[in-house]
Amino acid sequence: MTSLRRFLSTGEARAGLAMLLPLIVLALLAPVLFPGDPMAIVGQPLLPPFQESALPLGTDRLGRDVLAQLVHGAQTSLLVGLAAALSALCIGAVIGTIAGFGGRVADEVLMRITEAFQTVPAFLLALAFVSVIGPTLASVVFAIALGAWPAPARVARAEVLSIREKDYVAAARVVGKRPLEIAFREILPNALPPVLALSSVIVASAILIEAALSFLGLGDPNRITWGGMIAEGRTVLRSASYLSIIPGIALVVAVLAVYLLGEGAAKARLSKRSYA
Amino acid sequence: MQRALRLVARRLLGAIPVLAIVVAGTFLLLELAPGDAVDAYIASTGGDATMITALRESWGLNQSAAARFGLFVSRLAHGDLGWSISFSRPVLDVIMERLPRTLLLMGSATALSFALGTLLGIIAGARPGSIRDRILSAGSLALYAMPSFWLGLVLSVVFAVNLRWFPLSGFETIASSKTGISRALDIASHLALPVTALGLVYMALYMRVMRASMAEIWREDFVRALIARGFGHFRIVRHVARNALLPLVTMLGVQAAVMLGGSVVIESVFAVPGLGRLTQEAVAQRDTPLLLGIILVSAVFVIAVNLIVDLLYAWLDPRIGASGETL
Repeated sequence: MTSLRRFLSTGEARAGLAMLLPLIVLALLAPVLFPGDPMAIVGQPLLPPFQESALPLGTDRLGRDVLAQLVHGAQTSLLVGLAAALSALCIGAVIGTIAGFGGRVADEVLMRITEAFQTVPAFLLALAFVSVIGPTLASVVFAIALGAWPAPARVARAEVLSIREKDYVAAARVVGKRPLEIAFREILPNALPPVLALSSVIVASAILIEAALSFLGLGDPNRITWGGMIAEGRTVLRSASYLSIIPGIALVVAVLAVYLLGEGAAKARLSKRSYA
Repeated sequence: MQRALRLVARRLLGAIPVLAIVVAGTFLLLELAPGDAVDAYIASTGGDATMITALRESWGLNQSAAARFGLFVSRLAHGDLGWSISFSRPVLDVIMERLPRTLLLMGSATALSFALGTLLGIIAGARPGSIRDRILSAGSLALYAMPSFWLGLVLSVVFAVNLRWFPLSGFETIASSKTGISRALDIASHLALPVTALGLVYMALYMRVMRASMAEIWREDFVRALIARGFGHFRIVRHVARNALLPLVTMLGVQAAVMLGGSVVIESVFAVPGLGRLTQEAVAQRDTPLLLGIILVSAVFVIAVNLIVDLLYAWLDPRIGASGETL
């Protein structure tokens, strides 16, 4: 409770929440606020924003409601960002724990694999994976996680290596617990905090990679994405640049909010350490 | 000199297993893709069933997966990255034709982000916690949250569409038959916007690292000693900044892979015919061999950049020898 209060007392966390909470609420309420197909044609095409109260952000090339698309797009961005980060953290934590606790051979092999994944640009990897497997929500999530797990794996491994020598681990061994049990029951939970500290950066980069993939036409074709909206707007960039600019602002707000939450958490951790 | 050679040898040796894993991964991805190289070749050139069987046999595609992997590796060892379906040319030739433009784009963007990021980082880190520091820190975070392709679009709306200062797209004016300095200027004006879009986003990162590293050094004993001896603020800032520069050099290596990924999207925004644009073409044409060739080449590129950065680092900081286990 105190650590949550410490987190909420930072200006960064407050600013981040003030930006992210409305986005989350809008994304969750999208089916209520904008029932029906957001891809339906509702008005004259290329209506500029702030002209008609029924269509506050105007319409796109085909006369579809920009605000409805934006809110539905928030669902995809946040969902993909969170799901990809969660998968990356899980993969990374498990691989890092095995590398740190599984002996020298496992460590050597897993760390070489981690290095190989870090050698290939994460975005290229995601691009190749999605274009080979096909663009669905799940394949996009997995493709992003594929490039994001090495950092948490390295942090988890380093942490496990230092925890491994602690007394309570030796005690668990003496009691006769099996190595797997020790690794995942005793060590992993204690190694998690520094791994979780990476989550804001991973969520933010996942949102950005998803946007870039859909901008290049590799998003799930059945979902509205902000990246896809920017790409759509590009065709009329000269006459209606707002179509590309509006979803981009939404992206900046979402990513900035996630970064701010991360900074707030880092500050809260620091202040805890200085009080201790 | 000998130290540098040892470092190079050790790094090259370490790169072998890493590259082997990348190759194996690429092969796996190639296997996952529907259709094989012959299907693709026939689709682009045409041919009948007997020709398909003959081609499969001569390319070794009728063998087991293990045998095909062996063939794949031995071809790679001879510098043969396979056959590009959409270009009907060897993959390596196509990549090498595009690579220099991407290197120019990435190199300029890296120089811009490094120089500007260091400068702003010094300004912010000169007095950590000051108003100037807070404004710069907040601004850099907002910049870092921007998708580079979107920033590119915004820049092109303002500077290419409205103000007409720069060309909207391309690498150089087509069929202008410009040579020498006028051609260089032509390329520079084409690359100005993509380089700015790519460079500004990553500038924020260098700035933040520089600022954080300076804020840390301000707390060190030698800085207190300088203050105690009555050194002026400006002179102390110089000492702090010099000591804070080293972490930024390592960032250069880490950023190489990220920057390459970013240039893929930026090149597609500005229609720069480089490696990134090629990647998008490979995806659009379902040209899997080309796509995987690009991944292999970029992995080699990232390893090479990191080696250069390590050498630079060892040269800048003599405390770190080739024997140091973590470089």
